[in-house]
Amino acid sequence: MDLKDWFASRQKRKEIQEVIKQPLTTDEYCALWKQCFQCRELLYTRDLRTNLDVCPKCDYHFRVGALDRIEQLADEGSFDELDADMRSSDPLTFFDTEAYTKRQDEATRKSGLREAVLTGLCRIDGHEAALGCMDFGHFGGSMGSVVGEKVTRLTEAALERNSPLIVVSSSGGARMQEGILSLMQMAKTSSALKSFADSGNLYISILTEPTFGGVTASFAMLGDFIIAEPGARIGFAGRRVIEQTIRQKLPADFQTAEYLLKHGQVDMVVSRNKLKETLARLIAFHKPAAKATPEKKNSGEPAQPAGRT
Amino acid sequence: MATVEKKPIPLEFEQPLAILAQNMEALEKQLSDNPELEADLERMQDQYNSLKRSLYLNLRPIDHLAIARHPQRPYTRDYFTTWDPSWVELHGDRKGVDDGAMVGALIEIDGIKMVAVGTQKGRTLRDKQHCNFGMPQPEGYRKALRLFRHANKFHLPILCLIDTPGAYPGLSAEEHNQSQAIAENLMELAGVTVPVVAAVTGEGGSGGALAIGVANRILMLEHSVYSVITPEGCASILWRSNDKVSEACQAMKMTAKEILQLGVIDQVISEPLGGAHHDYLTAAENLKKAIVGQMTELMKLSPEQVRKDRQDKFRRFGSFR
Repeated sequence: MDLKDWFASRQKRKEIQEVIKQPLTTDEYCALWKQCFQCRELLYTRDLRTNLDVCPKCDYHFRVGALDRIEQLADEGSFDELDADMRSSDPLTFFDTEAYTKRQDEATRKSGLREAVLTGLCRIDGHEAALGCMDFGHFGGSMGSVVGEKVTRLTEAALERNSPLIVVSSSGGARMQEGILSLMQMAKTSSALKSFADSGNLYISILTEPTFGGVTASFAMLGDFIIAEPGARIGFAGRRVIEQTIRQKLPADFQTAEYLLKHGQVDMVVSRNKLKETLARLIAFHKPAAKATPEKKNSGEPAQPAGRT
Repeated sequence: MATVEKKPIPLEFEQPLAILAQNMEALEKQLSDNPELEADLERMQDQYNSLKRSLYLNLRPIDHLAIARHPQRPYTRDYFTTWDPSWVELHGDRKGVDDGAMVGALIEIDGIKMVAVGTQKGRTLRDKQHCNFGMPQPEGYRKALRLFRHANKFHLPILCLIDTPGAYPGLSAEEHNQSQAIAENLMELAGVTVPVVAAVTGEGGSGGALAIGVANRILMLEHSVYSVITPEGCASILWRSNDKVSEACQAMKMTAKEILQLGVIDQVISEPLGGAHHDYLTAAENLKKAIVGQMTELMKLSPEQVRKDRQDKFRRFGSFR
């Protein structure tokens, strides 16, 4: 290719990009079609769904709600929900520009969920498991009393049944509207996980776009295995806060799953269509060999993941 | 350094008091020439005292925050030195770093030997930089973790003093996995079989405070605060404005009294009038009494009971329907 061609093709590419960047307009159009945030490809919604909300062209992972996530991970019809009716109360009678109770109702109307996490017992490729899925679409996936309680009860249920525990996290952090009680949920879940870890059962934490704050700094980082989805942003403090504090530009891939992998914080980055397979494999790998002694299974003790001290 | 060398710097809400004190000082100077002013001075002193009392009885949450952040407020090292002048400092996370924001210590208080950790803000500029303004990096939490394990091994009770704006939000902190460091501390503290007492002496900032706050008994000094996020952060997120800090303080219920009512902490420890920085010795004495009292009670429990007591305590937190 000579120089002239190169300039010509560059010009053409630019023009195409201009066209692609035009935003979609009408609602009906959006319901049928979705545009990939990364490569701007137009995707037929139904096709996107069969591909587990992953862009077939550039492998961009769209955010997935809790219900869809359960459908993707649990064997069909095997999910048995726990504590479905649990709802937040308003312990501080919190009011900012609007009352907390009103915000709760609004969140429920938007997401169709009672709370930011769904928990239950299920089967994954035939293996029994306790599964919790957080939903960023409900109140930013924030952890208040209910999220903490549901995750704790799920951990206890898994411990009682000696079954592996899997939690898919997606959260902006602790819920400010419940103040100090939200903070205490971090300790509550970690405390339950301590008993769970001591019992020699397997806990796999899956980090999805985005996982931050109090959730990362408690149960999400305590997994025997920590799996991240490609491109997911995961961290403790938000990017903007860090930039303001240190007054430096951060690397472009800062706090992405790949960045965390490079820095030894997660065991693996697994694409969504391989996730169920990977889970099943990890569970099978750690199943105690003999069914006769399910109590003490030192052989089944999970290995310490990389990055743990 | 057990006493205040300088006069306490008045806070914004204390300005009326400061003005009155100034006037009294001026009057005192004239006293030698005009002995008849003595009655006036006495009257003023009465006025000063009653104003002081009413001022500190009706503090707004943001005033508590100001006292908790007072630059002359006693810090962890001050308390340690007052309680046990021969306390031994322990350094380092054994993995390459010694975080100045987290102080580790072996200390004997009223005959009880314990392992103590505490966050430390600095006093001078250089000191502040060394302590990173009281914001630990992951290495600081790992230093605490190592000491918790040490305490558990030698059956020594653990004391944690909390005074931090929060865990440090920085590039290296994220690279070294701040969240995992905090999470692991929560898990480790939940599992130790020795008594743990934590006291919030100033600011209890979010996860950074909780990482050394999973205790059998949690105490708070009267003017200290404990919250899920800094009020500044809360105001900027929920109100989208930096001048709603006072409202955020109010809404989050972050003062010692309110948190006691929520049942999260066990005891509020009274401070000298105006705050701990007015009288280090009394503040340290009050705190010591409370710590020793709680610790003595906890030491009667068996190791398994102690662990269960702590786990049960945190299991109860939450409000739902």
